[in-house]
Amino acid sequence: MERRQRRDPSVWLTYLALGAGSVLVAFPFFWMLSSSLKPMAEIFDVRLLPAQPTLENFAEVLTRTRFPRWFANSLIVAVITTASVAFFDALVGYTLAKLRFPGRDAIFVVILATLMIPTEMLVIPWYIMSSANGWIDTYWGIMFPGLITAFGIFLIRQFMTGIPDELLDAGRIDGVSEFGLFWRIALPQVRPAMAALCIFTFLGNWNAFLWPMIVIQTPDMRTLPVGIALFSGEAGSAWNLIMASSSLAIAPVLLVFIVLQRQIIEGIVLTGLRS
Amino acid sequence: MKKAWVLGIATAVLLAGVGTAGSQPRVTITYWQYFFESKVKLVDQLIAQFETQNPGVKVVHEHFPYDAYNQKVASAVPAGQGPDVINLFYGWVPLYVDSGYLQPLPTDAFPPVQIERDYVPMIKASRFDGKYWALPTAVRSLALFYNADLFRTAAVVRPPVTWDEFQGAAERMTARDDRGRITVQGFGIAPSGQDHHLLREVLFRQWGASPYSADNRRVTYASTAGVEAFRWYTDLITKSKIGAIDFFPGAGGYRNSFMAGRAGMIVDGSFAIGAIRRGTRAAWGIAPLPGKTVGGAPSNFGSYWVHGLTTKAQGPRRDPATAFLKFLVSEGTQRLWLDAVGELPAYKRLVEDPRLAADPSFGPFISALPHARATFFVDEAAQRQVIVDAVNEVVLNNKPPKQALEEAAAKEQKILDDFWAKRRRP
Amino acid sequence: MAAAARPAGRPRLELRIGQQRTLWAYLFLLVPLLFFALIRILPALSSLYISLHEWNVISPVRPFVGLDNFRTLAADPKFAKAALNTVRYVAVGIPAQIAIGLALALMLQRINRFRGLFRALYFMPFITPIVAASWVWQWMYSQHLGPLNHLLLSVGLPAQPFLRSPGQALYAVVAMIVWQYVGFQTVIFLAGLESIPRVYYEAAEVDGAKGWRLFRNITLPLLNPTMVFSVVYSTIVYLQLFTQVLNMTFQDQGGPLASTLTLVLYVYHLGFQRFRMGEAAAATAVLFAVILVITLLQMRVLSKPVDY
Repeated sequence: MERRQRRDPSVWLTYLALGAGSVLVAFPFFWMLSSSLKPMAEIFDVRLLPAQPTLENFAEVLTRTRFPRWFANSLIVAVITTASVAFFDALVGYTLAKLRFPGRDAIFVVILATLMIPTEMLVIPWYIMSSANGWIDTYWGIMFPGLITAFGIFLIRQFMTGIPDELLDAGRIDGVSEFGLFWRIALPQVRPAMAALCIFTFLGNWNAFLWPMIVIQTPDMRTLPVGIALFSGEAGSAWNLIMASSSLAIAPVLLVFIVLQRQIIEGIVLTGLRS
Repeated sequence: MKKAWVLGIATAVLLAGVGTAGSQPRVTITYWQYFFESKVKLVDQLIAQFETQNPGVKVVHEHFPYDAYNQKVASAVPAGQGPDVINLFYGWVPLYVDSGYLQPLPTDAFPPVQIERDYVPMIKASRFDGKYWALPTAVRSLALFYNADLFRTAAVVRPPVTWDEFQGAAERMTARDDRGRITVQGFGIAPSGQDHHLLREVLFRQWGASPYSADNRRVTYASTAGVEAFRWYTDLITKSKIGAIDFFPGAGGYRNSFMAGRAGMIVDGSFAIGAIRRGTRAAWGIAPLPGKTVGGAPSNFGSYWVHGLTTKAQGPRRDPATAFLKFLVSEGTQRLWLDAVGELPAYKRLVEDPRLAADPSFGPFISALPHARATFFVDEAAQRQVIVDAVNEVVLNNKPPKQALEEAAAKEQKILDDFWAKRRRP
Repeated sequence: MAAAARPAGRPRLELRIGQQRTLWAYLFLLVPLLFFALIRILPALSSLYISLHEWNVISPVRPFVGLDNFRTLAADPKFAKAALNTVRYVAVGIPAQIAIGLALALMLQRINRFRGLFRALYFMPFITPIVAASWVWQWMYSQHLGPLNHLLLSVGLPAQPFLRSPGQALYAVVAMIVWQYVGFQTVIFLAGLESIPRVYYEAAEVDGAKGWRLFRNITLPLLNPTMVFSVVYSTIVYLQLFTQVLNMTFQDQGGPLASTLTLVLYVYHLGFQRFRMGEAAAATAVLFAVILVITLLQMRVLSKPVDY
């Protein structure tokens, strides 16, 4: 397969297109990185590269603010939420795709419908709930609305529908339990989708602003986006610090992506072979 | 055995003592403001001082990102959460009062006569329903920031005194590239920045139009004089082209363009001094706002952030909250505030300090305070949008200024009518 | 297949297995359904309740006003403008995002070298914080100083106002949003493409199919569940655009003369800036109804039974 591709001229065109596209796509991103290296006096110069690169923005973010604490808080929230979402969304997605029971379609539509209310309208009821239960200013308070997501259920359900029923029936004949069918047979089949879901969930929680901002009261509980928002104020925004802290904030997400993207690509060739 | 028992009791009493500060039951009150580093630090110090003076009271100080402050309040309040003492922009006060969130200041602690005697006149905007609802520690006014280097290059010898001079100076400083794109603005124009205030309380008034009726119920700026003032302002963009809206991106882009040396002048508030001092490369200065004519009646826009008592401050928390509020707006705090935060004091007698008037940064703002008016906003966000839209109608849609301003007045009138109509309801 | 081979005397056992499976299904769904009921559905219902009341966040008096809030909305030209804009975002943004995302995924699948690098590059926009990204985009669009206009002028085209133009601003924002989501879309499609068993391609290639026919007859049909997900989910996202729109013109939120205003931004201004929760809830109810109808239609039209 590899050898045949190399002779194909269209492969070179593909490289060319991807290369040109990636320049376009990465341009704003690199501007952000380069801005984070510009001293305050240069930040408004419309120039891609800093004339006098400096690390002082990073130094200021790391020493004068509580950036490490914000970072740790975001990490705790994103990791726990991602684990919860991965498990529950996959379980529900599987159930809705592969088990037949009365009310299935109605349940799916209801879950999907919960996506249709913008978060902006839900934060007040959530706050009232948190306040009544003492969840204000706690990790649980920050996390609870996102522990199961309709997005992930929908995603996994779509991928699970592609699993041949024969595969599960074979498991049943072998005496695998219902949970085992999900965990040992179905779940490995949708590894690419699960990896994608984990990336998106981690990222979504890493960048979440509105609800964390509302439920957090004390400086010690602030997450990264809430902390970074402090760089914008009444007398304008400290763009050099926003750019530096944003660049720092990207690192773990990039790491998660690089680790998990292998799962997406080198997913499964088994599905077809077994059925 | 008995000894240990006594020791245990003693420790328990001691611990309880620490927890409740002596025999008095300890009351905890909460104070909210938006995050601004020097303010947060100062308030922390003030609270320590207040707590030593009032041993029975503990003050919890919570602060939130500026841009999300309203949102935070709007979410917390329906849950019965939120502070006892709150920091608010004065323009939001009618909205908060209308929503039943603020209680009027107790007249025994804050006699209206005293308020009117001690404070700069703009404070009148906080009188509402015949009562005072909140008071500031510091106030702001507008002035002209200018880039002295650009002045020199363009042979502008002194800061403009009239708006005609202002326009001339701006035209000389505006630089364009060979394709006609602006590279340096003569004036960092910003309708959504401070310019909508400039229009309302400075230009309209100096051109001879009162923006609102005395009872704040009618919009009156769409008069012949008002249209002339508005036309003069929009002509800066459409005819003399001495600046472009959103020349620099982001909120406060006009100020950033000034700091980057790409705007000759901007109109900005005293709260911007600190940021401009830190970020500006060129030599710069501050001058009082120009007038319509030399020696003509000056006018200015004043604004302030107030401290108010929420309806949550009831029962045992009401008195400590009132005491804390009184402490926050006291003369001593106002002095500290000026040094630590760089905001103008709200008391007349502090403002009249000749050293302050002579200060090159504070002077122009101080001199504006006696004739600075704070617009009575019933819905600040919506009212600002009306003026911003009116400017855009002229600049982007080529609407005649007269028509754009008349439509704006009608829209703003509707906002006022809605507000007053709702208040009449029992 | 197995069922057909079973002797006719065993339907009772089948039924019992079916019942057992139903029980398992409900057991699996128990916690998630409780979660959704409490965290999403109840608050949504309370929002509907609020929409029928005059509700200004704090006031203890919240009179029932029937459909008054809906009437106020209907009379507000900005609401109509926001609704129309929202439709425009969907109509322009989603086709672009899906077409580019699919093309990128197919291209990434074809290559062997630098795969990881390209995938990471195309995913970068999605992980870039919106506040930082929108600041850079505003610079790129800047009428007087921006590199895009430098480019236009250098090839002899006139400079454009972009975000400062009521006609162009929305499309300028769409471009930024597509830029941001295309990496997300590509990852979804990559996952979808990888889930298509190779044997189908191998079988088709044996039959002599290649190129477009392979794509048309194998890839596209087997990608249908992924496609349904992409269209339905991105419609929901685009109908709720908020953060990007807010940040792209932070100083005049919703763009010059409301040219980029969306329904959710409109709701946000009503509820959180002006404290008119009743009207905000009413606008949300309208939005909810629109999304529900569109989603159900899409599911019906797009979903085909997957047949291997």
